[in-house]
Amino acid sequence: MQAAAAHPQTAAAFELVDVHYAYQDIPALNGVSLRIPAGQCIALLGANGSGKSTLLRLLAALCFPDRGHLAAFGEDLSDERMQQEALAYAFRRRVGLVFQNPDVQLFNPTVFDELAFGPLQLGWTREEILRCVDAMLTEFSLANLKHRSPHRLSGGEKKRVALACVLITRPEVLLLDEPTAALDPRSQGEVVRFLAGCRGSGRTVVTATHNLDIVAEIADYCFVLQAGRLVAQGTSTDILGDGALLRATQLLHAHWHVHADGLAHTHDHRHHVAAGEPL
Amino acid sequence: MGEQSFLRGGHPRGRGDFLERLLRGLLDAMDHAADAERLAAGPGLLQRLDPRIKTFGLLALVVTAVFVKSLVALALLFACATALALASRITLRRLAGQVWIGVLVFTGALAVPAIVLVPGDAVAVVPLLDWTITRQGLRGAAFLIGRAQTAATFALLVILTTPWPQVLKALRSLGVPLILVAILGMTHRYIFVLLESSVQLFEAKRSRVMGPLPGPQRRRLAMASVVVLLERSLQLATDVHLAMIARGYRGEVHLLDELRTRPRDWLALAGLLSIAAVAIGWSWLPAIGDRG
Repeated sequence: MQAAAAHPQTAAAFELVDVHYAYQDIPALNGVSLRIPAGQCIALLGANGSGKSTLLRLLAALCFPDRGHLAAFGEDLSDERMQQEALAYAFRRRVGLVFQNPDVQLFNPTVFDELAFGPLQLGWTREEILRCVDAMLTEFSLANLKHRSPHRLSGGEKKRVALACVLITRPEVLLLDEPTAALDPRSQGEVVRFLAGCRGSGRTVVTATHNLDIVAEIADYCFVLQAGRLVAQGTSTDILGDGALLRATQLLHAHWHVHADGLAHTHDHRHHVAAGEPL
Repeated sequence: MGEQSFLRGGHPRGRGDFLERLLRGLLDAMDHAADAERLAAGPGLLQRLDPRIKTFGLLALVVTAVFVKSLVALALLFACATALALASRITLRRLAGQVWIGVLVFTGALAVPAIVLVPGDAVAVVPLLDWTITRQGLRGAAFLIGRAQTAATFALLVILTTPWPQVLKALRSLGVPLILVAILGMTHRYIFVLLESSVQLFEAKRSRVMGPLPGPQRRRLAMASVVVLLERSLQLATDVHLAMIARGYRGEVHLLDELRTRPRDWLALAGLLSIAAVAIGWSWLPAIGDRG
């Protein structure tokens, strides 16, 4: 599975060649090479600490490789190049990142200000901002929260605001870090429905997750990370069908328990219920 | 964080234990900030002015208060600050709580010794201690306290009647360098990050502490928390900054409504500068000024 690249004939949104990245002395990515085709929905799978979030930050040009080569839309990405106003503007216009912790992303006094923040930074006109904010508030059922402080919303509402405030700039590429983490089943369902709707829409979506129950719905292709290395890649069906791989990468673990009949059983166990379904 | 905080909404009064009082203090600080934002967005004389004009005019009065050489002129400036506050729906209670008492305590600690240490004409003698209070000492103390109170009141008026992004925009318009404005903006944001981290940390600690703690243990707990808190808030603040960059932030301040100056703003500026001119003029009129 390792050798196959995702849709080699399609133009690449991102291309990484032998990328290394470390937080001071602690390595986070160790020689990762991968290609993310434009218009595809991709899942980055891996257990906690496997390097998924770091990889997303690299793709969002929030940090840059210590070694190796990173390119977006056919252009090299580096700290120096991102200092150029025009390049930074074009990149931020095209790529949006939804952080795992919405509290990190919501820093304005009201939901309205939060949604207007991105377009303001990109220099949109007042009329355009007002129109788009209103449209997003309606689309994400946030109209009644318009003047509320984002910090006082529920977890699901915060996630919706975080998603809306990134999508308002209509990015070509959407990067999401654990979008269903800490959400109740209903909120999970809303997020999954949205991501499932992105498939085939032409938008590139990269979702970092260890929630295997949502992968088949939201992703065409998967990359599996373990300890900062890319250990496998393939279609969602291939990856989800490879129990040995999922166990080896700690995405699945053997679960032992005693049934009412007194017999002990072991079986593979996923930590999450299907999004949107009752517990 | 807000709704999850069981102390939110009401903040029970009374002594309570150490952690409870600490939490209450942090939550009060956040409520204060939220109140200030509401006040800045509400109606009032200063709230209606262009932030650039207001900032420039009030900063001119701060500078005047620092350099004025007449107690009468200083009193006039202080009265103007109070009147402007009342016209902007800022209560005397808020002014006293947020500025006057704090400034009095800090500058008082510096000014009181000057009353007896500065040599000059004796006015009275402190019983038992036999220390001489001098006219020059009293005058020096009055100037120190008066200047600090007046300048701090004007500065607070800018903050309480202007939403923070507009203060930053006004500073940029007045030529303050981008890097300084960006630092001010981030500092303001990080104060809230720090407060929120503190509340979460102390709520978590409180949930694991059974009953009141003895003094030394309380102090140990507080000291250990400071280090953890600093690390956590630094991490969170970095993440917030990255989230801002990811959405196109480059350090510049952008507002939805561009600032616009109207005739009433120019009128207000003329009024504020006239007050400053009168205060300065008063100091230089030997007949009525009380220069010393």
